[in-house]
Amino acid sequence: MILSAAEPVQAAAASGVFSMMWLLLAFPVVGAAVLLLGGRRADRWAHLLGCVTVLCSFALAAVLFFAMLGRGDDDRSIAQHLFTWISVGGFRVQAGLLLDQLSMSFVLLITGVGGLIHVYSMGYMEHDERRRRFFGYLNLFVAAMLLLVLANDFLVVYVGWEGVGLASYLLIGFWQHKPTAAVAAKKAFVVNRVGDMGMSLAVMSMFFVFGATSFAAVLPRAAEASEGWLTTIGLLLLLGACAKSAQLPLQSWLLDAMEGPTPVSALIHAATMVTAGVYLVVRSAPIFEGAPVAATAVVVVGAVTLLFGAIIGCAKDDIKRVLAASTISQIGYMMLAAGLGPTGYVFAIFHLLTHGFFKADMFLGAGSVMHAMDDEVDMRVFGGLRSRLSLTFLTFMAGYLAIIGFPFTSGFYSKDSIIEAAFGRGWLVGLAALVGAGVTGFYMTRLVLMTFFGRPRWREDAQPHESPRIMTGPLVALGALSLVGGFMLLHLFGGIKAWLEPVTGFQETELGVPTIVLQLVTLATVAVGAAIGYLLYSRRDVPAVAPTRVSLATRAARRDLYGDAVNEAVFMRPGQYLTRSLVYVDNRGIDGAVNGTAALFGGASARLRRLQTGFVRSYALTMTGGAVLVVLAVLLVRLP
Amino acid sequence: MNLLTILVALPAVGALVVVSLRDRDRLAVQVALGFCGLALVASLVVAGRFALGGAQYQQSETLEWVPQFGVSWALSVDGIALALVLLTTLVTPIVVWAGRDDASSGGRSRSGMLGWLLLLEAMLLGAFLAVDVLLFYVLFEAMLVPMYFLIGVYGGPRRQYAAVKFLLYNLFGGLVMLAAVIGLYVQSMQGGRAGTFALPALVGLDIPYATQVWLFIGFMLAFAIKAPLWPFHTWLPDAVSEATPAQAGYLSGVMDKVGTFGMLHLVLPLFPDASRELAPVVIVLAVVSILYGALLAIGQSDLRRFVGYTSISHFGLIVLGIFVLTSQGGSGSTFYMVNHGLTTVLLFLVVGWMIARRGSARWQDFGGVQRPAPLLAGVFLFTSMAMLSLPGLSTFVSEFLVLVGTFTRYLPAAVIATLAIVLSAVYMLLLYQRTMTGPVPEHSVGFLDLRGREMVVAAPLIALVLALGIYPQPVLDVINHGVGPTLQQVGVTDPAPVLGPAAAGAEGNAP
Repeated sequence: MILSAAEPVQAAAASGVFSMMWLLLAFPVVGAAVLLLGGRRADRWAHLLGCVTVLCSFALAAVLFFAMLGRGDDDRSIAQHLFTWISVGGFRVQAGLLLDQLSMSFVLLITGVGGLIHVYSMGYMEHDERRRRFFGYLNLFVAAMLLLVLANDFLVVYVGWEGVGLASYLLIGFWQHKPTAAVAAKKAFVVNRVGDMGMSLAVMSMFFVFGATSFAAVLPRAAEASEGWLTTIGLLLLLGACAKSAQLPLQSWLLDAMEGPTPVSALIHAATMVTAGVYLVVRSAPIFEGAPVAATAVVVVGAVTLLFGAIIGCAKDDIKRVLAASTISQIGYMMLAAGLGPTGYVFAIFHLLTHGFFKADMFLGAGSVMHAMDDEVDMRVFGGLRSRLSLTFLTFMAGYLAIIGFPFTSGFYSKDSIIEAAFGRGWLVGLAALVGAGVTGFYMTRLVLMTFFGRPRWREDAQPHESPRIMTGPLVALGALSLVGGFMLLHLFGGIKAWLEPVTGFQETELGVPTIVLQLVTLATVAVGAAIGYLLYSRRDVPAVAPTRVSLATRAARRDLYGDAVNEAVFMRPGQYLTRSLVYVDNRGIDGAVNGTAALFGGASARLRRLQTGFVRSYALTMTGGAVLVVLAVLLVRLP
Repeated sequence: MNLLTILVALPAVGALVVVSLRDRDRLAVQVALGFCGLALVASLVVAGRFALGGAQYQQSETLEWVPQFGVSWALSVDGIALALVLLTTLVTPIVVWAGRDDASSGGRSRSGMLGWLLLLEAMLLGAFLAVDVLLFYVLFEAMLVPMYFLIGVYGGPRRQYAAVKFLLYNLFGGLVMLAAVIGLYVQSMQGGRAGTFALPALVGLDIPYATQVWLFIGFMLAFAIKAPLWPFHTWLPDAVSEATPAQAGYLSGVMDKVGTFGMLHLVLPLFPDASRELAPVVIVLAVVSILYGALLAIGQSDLRRFVGYTSISHFGLIVLGIFVLTSQGGSGSTFYMVNHGLTTVLLFLVVGWMIARRGSARWQDFGGVQRPAPLLAGVFLFTSMAMLSLPGLSTFVSEFLVLVGTFTRYLPAAVIATLAIVLSAVYMLLLYQRTMTGPVPEHSVGFLDLRGREMVVAAPLIALVLALGIYPQPVLDVINHGVGPTLQQVGVTDPAPVLGPAAAGAEGNAP
């Protein structure tokens, strides 16, 4: 397997148009700074500036992309040194950027889909009095996310890594007056910090083993390190990736993160940030290739999470939470692929990109529905919306077809590739991916039927209306990408396999059966899932209130398969108990012991009590005592 | 007179002038700020003259004090001292300005308060610059006096209890240290030489191991109380919850740094063998402090005690970095002292503004503040991010250096200490959530937002934390210049990477 991995590519120094690479970051940084520090003066044009900065980055990214296409296959890795960030002893960290085929793909996704979501937000947040701040946070997010994927040193990646965490925290809690939003934001940050522990310990291990933390110093030498260390580093990176990408066992925060405004869910909690864990694993490929145990752990996490998320998605009535559970599940697919090694890396990134299209499309579609229904998210009071919101409906259906893998839509190419690669690893992994596809077919059909079809179950005062063009425009663009994006990625400019191969390596999966057989089996599975959904939610009326007498499995899925219950029982309760008892001990125990000792030596505590009468003379007396001691000290020096 | 002496003298003279102004409050504040400003300028000149290619100690001045006993007024600046001197001169004017109205109630004299504060600054600067152990000791002890009066006169309702507790604790540590100072003096007389307190002469002295251990304990006890290190920490929460916010910030942000500074600057080079052998003991205490302070912070309901406990956790990390005896640990700790000084002062001030507005220090009495006071909430959130060492802010650089420096020599300690990054997120964001978010309760309606004069105080601190987070290297260069020789004196070198040193040019992708 190692033989098939990409040979480390020597990065060329940035010159010509590539010397403008740093501007990719600079635009959104400036945008964030102006919007967050500008004060009320900026209120009127804040949303415009917020969009322009991201679109400028996108334009530059497009220029760089074509410039990169003009270079040879092995000459597309370009580094830009910025400055020495930290240098202490042997620990030297250079702040620098690395633009290669992998980071280029991300930059286009972040600025492209990010730009569309910014435009959409102009409509969605039009009436929010804190719109300036919203766009400031969004720009901050884009800047941090770009840093994450462009940095050429693991510690600098970590800066972006936590930067997107901050932006996520700020945006989940954007409506801080809602206690649920504030709690969800804190939860997201704290859970991510657990992952960050893994991430920072991984960086420390790299320094310990390799003496440096840059890609150039660590990755080409990974094969020299012992398997024990590589496994340690791999598992620590996986811990970081699990938190950021909401994989088991750190998945619970993402469902609550839906408290944030819907464009945030689309950009951060679907299309870009939550996929950072996949990026990290793919980027660290040489480490995982030298650590089969860690790589297998990635596969297991991915496989379990993709089922876990899909099952939760089946029971939720909140449209955003269904999509969030679906995101958890889809990232599980990417993780699984990333753990497979060179047979999977390309498909992990491929699916990541197509998922970015169709999930952003559906989240924005859900936002459009909420916009029409007074911010209602309960699908049980939707129904029959397809006539009122025809454009939203059509674009949403594009996303729906893509996610279930309808032939020739984007998800069809990317998810089937992953299922195929999974079968290449083993039938159990393959089966998990296959079953996941079937369940996806079910819960997505359920979502679409409950929302757009059937009899309207609207609340009395609901007046559904199609969203303004500034919102439907991005929907149309993303819908189109959902349909044809996969085909484009596979075939345009030589195709994504050839494009990524120099960075990630690529190996075809050898299966005993022709690909078409597996594709048909997958389609049949999805069809069964969708058909069950159709039978359950279209043939019968959907009750407007969730039925309470449901199976044990449904009950478990509604409660996120007890993710929060486990966290509470294992971490929160014992933590609270520990904290409380320590506070007690500190007040009574340690301080008590100290005060008791004081009482022994010269009745100090009695003096303390008298002092509290507040007489100046009594503390003057104490002071004199202190002064005498100082004088004594000086005198003592003269003795010898 | 040498510039260093002038630097120390400026605030001392300022103290005298300010006290003589008695009732002329406005003028007193202006004069105090003037002298702080002059000290700031003087310290910047010292920094400008500091040669990174030069000797460890620079710009020395030695004046005879008690020649019979080898005591002298000896000042000199190295990288470590320079970092802390700059912290002191930067923070003092901010504290003076922010706390200028703290004496306005109860007929207490404002000029007195400012005088004590300036005197404290002079003593701090003297302690950081002293290269005579007895001079250091005298200043180390004497600075208890101004702080005692600041807490005991200008503090809250239980101020006398807190002040006396502070004084007794620290005096006790100081007395033990005095014995060790004398012991050190006796050691310097070996071989019939004249005794001395001069640090350069004492470093490299051949002290028997057993004696080193006793002297080490004597110094460390004083410094561990001052720092404060678990289990010598209980005075700090009382002291900071009774002192005014500005003074509490000054106490734990600047003054307590003398303890950790003493460990790095005196204990390590003076007692190298004992430091190496006893380092694991100190490291255990440091790691306990980190977790203990953080867990207790989570459980506090008084905002000021909360900040006090967070400081105990942070001091644990500082001490950890010092005693792992690696260049990353040492430089990280020194930089940590600077960053913790900046952020703690900021946090105490923000908390102080909140308490002043609400009239209560319990978090239960707040809630929903971000609605009526978004600026205040924003500054609080920024400070929280600084306290939890968000990458991109200066505190991250120092925290990570300490952790990575620990990892290469004491791996288990590093792993446990890394828990701090989760706990700090819990205690800071929990407090933010409790005080700032949620629906606006009746008592938070009309909560006054930050005013311009308060922003003026917060802005420079925020700017520094940001700037040093993105571009810390100039400060790190200065600090490295001091930490490097110190570790040589201890006789340790950094562990080599498992795979041997990285190939030249492989640190970055740059050609």
